[in-house]
Amino acid sequence: MRSRIVLFLIALLLWSLLSWMPDWQHLLVGVFVALLVAFLTGDLFAQRAHILRRLSRYKYFFIHYLPVFLKECFKANLDVAWRVLHPALPINPGIVKVKTHLKSDTALTFLANSITLTPGTLSVDIDKDNGILYVHWIDVKDKDIEGATRIVVERFEKLLKKIFD
Amino acid sequence: MIDIIGLIFISVGFTFDVFGCLGLVRLPDVYNRLQAATKCVTLGTCSILFGTFLVVGFNAAGIKALLCMVFLILTSPVAAHAIARGAHRAQVKLWEGSIVDRYKEDKEGEF
Repeated sequence: MRSRIVLFLIALLLWSLLSWMPDWQHLLVGVFVALLVAFLTGDLFAQRAHILRRLSRYKYFFIHYLPVFLKECFKANLDVAWRVLHPALPINPGIVKVKTHLKSDTALTFLANSITLTPGTLSVDIDKDNGILYVHWIDVKDKDIEGATRIVVERFEKLLKKIFD
Repeated sequence: MIDIIGLIFISVGFTFDVFGCLGLVRLPDVYNRLQAATKCVTLGTCSILFGTFLVVGFNAAGIKALLCMVFLILTSPVAAHAIARGAHRAQVKLWEGSIVDRYKEDKEGEF
């Protein structure tokens, strides 16, 4: 039920942003659409809605996680641009295994997305039961599971643990 | 002034998009190409959208551009993940210069 209310509010906000400026006609239609969406898919959205109320998690997300993420994303772009423009095509690809201690679905999703958008790595599959991610790495520096974990995962894992777990 | 900053963002976005397309052509296999496609195209397109937002300001089009940025950042890695996993499951080979494939070693029996 709580997850449905959260989804309803987010859907309504999204609707009013999409139909900017909101007047009462738009809002009325938006309420019905948001109700329908919340009714159909509400139980899939936030399984642990109670963590949405902890304000410190938002602080960690916006102040600590987002700048790191944007910086890494920009570095990733320069890295790919350098590799693509280099005449010799300096790549050394492979799929490595990394370990993670994160448990919740949201945290794993964000970790996989962060890995994909950071320099040289692309998550291929998750083995949730054993906490293992398979990561395609354009320039393999360490074939070992511990070494790869240290380079690929640790930048984000501590922050994501504080935000989502 | 803000128009000029917006245009600079749009030009940077175009440049990165071109690099992404070059990567699609030059890199050898599907996984490496996905790397170029997701990274460059995500930030390039976000940059174009942000430049658009700066140029048109806080109205209907600008807010839609900001929303598109958020959804692009959320969905583009998921799509890349799905394509990479699907390609591996369909037994698309890695490039012959690849040095390690732990996924194949672990999933040997399942196919």
